[in-house]
Amino acid sequence: MSSPPVRAVARRLGTGLVVLWVAATAAYLALLAAPGDTVDNIVGDGADTPQIRAEIIADWGLDRPAVVQYLDYLGRLGGGDLGRSYLLQRPVTEVIGEQLAPTLTLAVAAAGLGVLLALLIAVATAGYRRPWLRRLSSGTELLLVSTPSFLIGLLLLSVLSFRFGFFPVSGDQGVVALVLPAVTLALPIAGLLAQVLRDGIDKALDEPFVLTARSRGVRERSVLVRHALRHAVLPAVSLAGWVFGIVIGGTVIVEQVFGRPGLGQVTLSAVTTRDMPVVLAVVTLSAAGYVVVNTTADLAYLLVDPRLRRS
Amino acid sequence: MTVTLGTPLTDAPAGILVDPTEPAVRRRARPGPGLLAAGAYLVLLVVAMAWPAALAPGDPLAADPLAVLRPPGAGHWFGTDHLGRDVLTRVVHGAGHSLTIGVAATAIAVTGGVLLGLLAGLTHRVADEALSRTFDALSAFPMLLLALLFIAIAGPGTASLIVAIGIATLPHHARVVRGQTLVVRRSGFVEQAVTFGQSRPRLVLRHVLPNVVGPVPVLAVIGLGEAILAAAGLSFLGMGPQPPSPEWGAMLSEGRNYLQVAWWISIVPGLAVTATVVSLTVVGRHWQARFDGRRR
Repeated sequence: MSSPPVRAVARRLGTGLVVLWVAATAAYLALLAAPGDTVDNIVGDGADTPQIRAEIIADWGLDRPAVVQYLDYLGRLGGGDLGRSYLLQRPVTEVIGEQLAPTLTLAVAAAGLGVLLALLIAVATAGYRRPWLRRLSSGTELLLVSTPSFLIGLLLLSVLSFRFGFFPVSGDQGVVALVLPAVTLALPIAGLLAQVLRDGIDKALDEPFVLTARSRGVRERSVLVRHALRHAVLPAVSLAGWVFGIVIGGTVIVEQVFGRPGLGQVTLSAVTTRDMPVVLAVVTLSAAGYVVVNTTADLAYLLVDPRLRRS
Repeated sequence: MTVTLGTPLTDAPAGILVDPTEPAVRRRARPGPGLLAAGAYLVLLVVAMAWPAALAPGDPLAADPLAVLRPPGAGHWFGTDHLGRDVLTRVVHGAGHSLTIGVAATAIAVTGGVLLGLLAGLTHRVADEALSRTFDALSAFPMLLLALLFIAIAGPGTASLIVAIGIATLPHHARVVRGQTLVVRRSGFVEQAVTFGQSRPRLVLRHVLPNVVGPVPVLAVIGLGEAILAAAGLSFLGMGPQPPSPEWGAMLSEGRNYLQVAWWISIVPGLAVTATVVSLTVVGRHWQARFDGRRR
């Protein structure tokens, strides 16, 4: 390994850390901006005496200077401590940990399905061959990207669950109950990714190396998949962060539509009850997830495409 | 399978073999049926916003206990809801609520984005770095969650939705404007203006700003679609205008419980959202294509 790639990787990791720090700070400022006294929020509807208030202030370290509290917050965050829920009086990590599994399952299933669909659509419609097929698919993609996910969910529910009874209406029982929510989330992702992938394939098909491959007698399908698709995947990889954001935001809505338990339900109830530590934890964690996904995608870029290491 | 070749062999280097009679602005594409339909729908929406009674004279809140859950048909084109309110009337009157949120949020995002982007592109490197990392950090938060965080602080409602979506979509505009600013700043005509000793404010207002904001209106149209989607999603979650309001997301959420017996209550406002976003995207893309054509 020579030094420029190492430096490029190090710089990318450094930027990721800085963005994480700014995001955590923004979240902390949001906590300060939240209306109402922190002590009032913690007391909630519980017993309220001067003595209890003094205890809370001492327990939570609220009498310390703001800078110290901020540094303490960063330190605890770095150590994986997300604070305590005002409402449930339990560590936030516990509250989130319990609900993480169903949401992650849904997110992974949806992202996987979306990418798979996008690949199939892009390969089937790329090239200059079938203009009507292409017009049909780009129209469908526009429709998928423009349709709110709750509408997709409700349409699937009313046709496949209510009319034909193929799928359960709500709940979290096994794989069957996962199908409709995952499809709902996957469709908009497939819509956008397919557009990007097809554009990439079309662009690659104009390149000299494709002409070379064709002149060697490589079959058209093989040109498409082995030569052109490879180049098209790169720009699509840079959308990994976008996909992550859509999936995480989307789970909140989809869990609501299909009555699935999960992080989305926790988030919504925390927002309505103003349980700030929980809201902040979810928001900060998803920002961290985005940064990790995006950094990994950029690093993958560096590894795959040697031209990028030089700059 | 036939092997179709692309056109690499006939591609002439730019400047050679170009027909000198070809006009500088190339074939203004004749608007197709899709573009016309999208435009017509947007005009309808503007009418619905400005003067809903012209399209639907009824009262969007008037309940009719004798006409509950009527399916679409004569009298009620899109049926009635669980309180006997006419769905079409509500969708038409709701356009104002839904679109106002989208338009106001986009206005915040564009204004803030242009100002901050310009600032980042023109200031010292350290300040630019700080601003750019802040844009990065803001776009690291999934938009819906950032909006939810804001609503947790400010409480639900129309105003919260507007500010929340505005802030969440701002970094995108800021980044584009910053990039443009960096290009324009180093261009010849700005250097020339500097050598002529023009004052800094005049330089920014007369030379940089007009050349930076070019792509902004196009981005704003496409961003408007995104903002309307986000607003519908958030009010579907109950964070926006509250139930009696005919706002589209709120209508959808109200109609959800009747999905099994009366699909039209929630599907119709949902389709109104989709049609709006599709129309905005179609018009925005067409505009963008023309804009790019002019630049080339």
